[in-house]
Amino acid sequence: MTHPELEHCTYQTHESYQSKYKHVGQPYERKDAIEKVTGQARYAFDLEMPGMLHAKTLHSPHARAKIVKIDTSRAKALPGVKAVITGDDSDIVVGLYMQDKLALAKGETRYQGEVVAAVAATTEAIAEQAIHLIDIEYEVLEPVRNLDDALAAKILVHEDIADIKHVEGVFFPQPDSNIASLNRSYKGDPQAAMEEADLVVENKFTLPAVAHVPLETHVAIVEADPYTGRIKIWTSAQSPFALRQLMAYSFGMQDSDIEVHIPFVGGGFGGKAGIHLEPLLTLLSREAGGAPVKLRMSRQQEFNYMPTRAGMRGRIKTGVMKDGTMVASDITYDWDSGAYADYGVNVGKTAVYGGLGPYAVNNVSIVSNTIYTNKVFSTAYRGFGHLETLWTVERQMDILSQKLGIDPYEFRLKNMIRPGDTTVSGELVTKSTGCPIDCLSAVVKEIGWTGRKTDEEREREWKTGKVRGKGFAMIQKAPAMPPNTATAVIMQMASDGHIKVMIGGIDYGQGALTAIAQITAQELDIPIEMVEVRRETNTNTNPYDWNTVASKYTFMAGNATIKAAHNMIDQMKAVASQALQSAPENLSHGDGYIYNRHRPDRRISYKDMALGYALPNGSGVGGPLISHGYYMADGLTNLDPKTGQGYPALAWTFGAHAVDIEVDVESGSIDVLKVASAFDLGQVINERMVYGQVIGGVMQGIGSAILEGYKFSDDNVLLNPSFTDNKIPTMKDMPCEVVPIYIENPQLNAPYGARGVAEHTMISIPSAIGNALYDALGINFYHLPLTPERVALGILSGKKDIY
Amino acid sequence: MTTHEDKDLCALEAAHQESQERRIVLSLTVNGKPVVEEVDPTMLLLHFLRDKLKLFGAKEACGEGECGACTIILNGEAVTSCLVLAAEAQGAEIVTVEGLSKDGELSILQQEFVFEDALQCGFCTPGMLMSARALIDRHPDPTDEEIMEGMGGNLCRCTGYHQIFDAVKRAAKREREELNRS
Ligand code: FES
Ligand code: FES
Repeated sequence: MTHPELEHCTYQTHESYQSKYKHVGQPYERKDAIEKVTGQARYAFDLEMPGMLHAKTLHSPHARAKIVKIDTSRAKALPGVKAVITGDDSDIVVGLYMQDKLALAKGETRYQGEVVAAVAATTEAIAEQAIHLIDIEYEVLEPVRNLDDALAAKILVHEDIADIKHVEGVFFPQPDSNIASLNRSYKGDPQAAMEEADLVVENKFTLPAVAHVPLETHVAIVEADPYTGRIKIWTSAQSPFALRQLMAYSFGMQDSDIEVHIPFVGGGFGGKAGIHLEPLLTLLSREAGGAPVKLRMSRQQEFNYMPTRAGMRGRIKTGVMKDGTMVASDITYDWDSGAYADYGVNVGKTAVYGGLGPYAVNNVSIVSNTIYTNKVFSTAYRGFGHLETLWTVERQMDILSQKLGIDPYEFRLKNMIRPGDTTVSGELVTKSTGCPIDCLSAVVKEIGWTGRKTDEEREREWKTGKVRGKGFAMIQKAPAMPPNTATAVIMQMASDGHIKVMIGGIDYGQGALTAIAQITAQELDIPIEMVEVRRETNTNTNPYDWNTVASKYTFMAGNATIKAAHNMIDQMKAVASQALQSAPENLSHGDGYIYNRHRPDRRISYKDMALGYALPNGSGVGGPLISHGYYMADGLTNLDPKTGQGYPALAWTFGAHAVDIEVDVESGSIDVLKVASAFDLGQVINERMVYGQVIGGVMQGIGSAILEGYKFSDDNVLLNPSFTDNKIPTMKDMPCEVVPIYIENPQLNAPYGARGVAEHTMISIPSAIGNALYDALGINFYHLPLTPERVALGILSGKKDIY
Repeated sequence: MTTHEDKDLCALEAAHQESQERRIVLSLTVNGKPVVEEVDPTMLLLHFLRDKLKLFGAKEACGEGECGACTIILNGEAVTSCLVLAAEAQGAEIVTVEGLSKDGELSILQQEFVFEDALQCGFCTPGMLMSARALIDRHPDPTDEEIMEGMGGNLCRCTGYHQIFDAVKRAAKREREELNRS
């Protein structure tokens, strides 16, 4: 297929990338790499405190049950046990957007795995023994098994749903139902447009819950000082300031009475945002007289007890004209969010403005129900609902193009959002928004797409036992965050001219420390080696950051860093203007000096001003150099509750994946031969790390596409809580070739134009593989994961649609 | 109704008591240094390294031999130390991630992990490095299949493995060149 878009398409790949900046864009080595390759990096998992106790937890074996009786007397009597608590000992309620979860289950359990009691003891072995000494009697109740049970509302997971405290005007719990939040967007007249469409196609796509699997499970240590009332926390968490605020709210304390420390964090992917083990440990520490108490989830507990990505069902109805113009889209997303809302409701909310795909459709209705069931609860997971919604939308796009007999590339181009169009929520798209077409064209070109296979071609290949297929899918995601999200950065100059930067965000592997160092070096024009971004985070000393989530940290903290650097330059110019007898506006900075623009030999090094400048006569001017910068998201608004109209997106990162796969027709196994992934990231900040984000995200996407997923019994007991039964990709699952492609259409309010690119890399890999699977086999699959078993059975069934 | 049987509990307690009484003296070499320690015979090697010797490099990410985060080298073989009793290492030579660099300088393998950015959060890295070390010791010029086989038991959720694969390959090559030179 030749198409003018493809002929003119040029792009930079990992192999060829060149940055126009001295520091920004360069593939610098990770700032904390040496600590990580020498075993010196200390994670919460490794921390020990003097007098530290070890905690163990008892979990409900039933999805829904009444706790008839709990007797902890034998556990308490065991030598070495310092505290035993159950739900009867506390009324502490926690929650991010909905206050719906008790620190420990009380009277009733809502999912298999929920904590019903906890012990702190001098050793882990004693704590474990004490757990076995707790006598508990349950009356097993019928669970709300799935979405259909939940929507029937015969049993309510939360009887008190109408009274749950929540963020009003943003989330909408429905009384007498299991709907934790119903969010919607509405634009144009979808019903009328549907009636006028030449073709209306309706489909249902589903996918199961999936675990984040950070290699370091959740770990925390809490010390609750009984004298001052203060709480100190060391935890494996992404968002220290959010945690502080949520703890303070739950415990009725001041934010400042809670001190959160974050050591190295062994991966998070959204699962370590928010609040998890900390309230429970606070109760244990208080009960134990204030001793620090450590709790570490085993891998099995991590699967069973810690939150997951929600399972989802997307029902989509699309109206198209014969020429391929999409005129109406009507989508309902139902999220199987488990027993508690956590981040789940926010994922649900995101779907109403992110759940259409990057297309210009004038008549849209999206309803998103975040639904309670008696399952392990859900939270944010890399891409925050977009992998799921785009599994629905991008598979539907492929099916529509099949039905219309139009090439899927052409069909997408025709409907793609362009400058002048508006998004679902009514945001005006401009050149500064980024260009999805560039992304799609690049990957389609890179993969050598020449159009879909014919039936004859498929048949011929079939005889060899292996069938190749190509497919692609779009990506679009904006950070999900409150409109008033803020972050700050503090910069200090040491006496030797080195810059120490303090930030509030957490580097849990994505490379924030290095990115911020590069931006600092770029703005101050000093060698990267002279910049250190402090890794230790302590909410009492570090500047504020809302949450390290949503792939927006480099954008926001990058802007804050630029401001802090400019502020420092201004301070230095003020000092230098006195020392050089030059007006500040005649001064410039560069290469570690402030100099007179007209006479560059008249200059002073930064270093000589670090602590204040000494004039030749010995008097001092200026003082120790400290600056700060902040960034507050600007122009964002809440969404209208009825129509979903408003400005939710700090930045839309557009992208596309194309894949080339080979399917073994007998075993059903899919071999991913090549992946091309393009993102309009505006500007690369660190090429080495963007590369890492792409490769890592693609791999996680492959996990969701062909391997991973929770399986539950009829009683909603998790059947695969281990690596043996819930496999994640290993090196053997690596695609042969991944080609990261960087498209740089700058965003005008972003640092150097750079948008976030981190979560995005995982999104739509399942959709692209599903589409390639159709190309290979001529069969449409509607449910993930595309395991060999599902594919092989699909082939054997002789059907063309496999649900 | 679910309660724990007292009988089971007594057995549990008795076993614990017994192991407390029957401590053994373990002597072995760790990262080239002799170590003599008294241990509980039921203690796992991973816990011995971390809790007794305070070598926190080796991590625990599953405790079931399924992830490789606890990999160390025991008598030249990469083993998952969460599945080995400390007592089984009597007289053994052990190398952990802390023993890879010499005189404050990163080994070639570590340098290549940094260069290739074969790590993000870093939690899998100590185990990855030890599997890679054993692999290169066994196959100084490993084929792609040998690398995937040798590293296939180590899970990494962050990197997507390509960079690790490349780092191992480059490290093996540089080590061979170094050897030829000397
Ligand atoms: S902790 Fe030993 S293999 Fe996972
Ligand atoms: S770097 Fe995070 S698990 Fe490998």
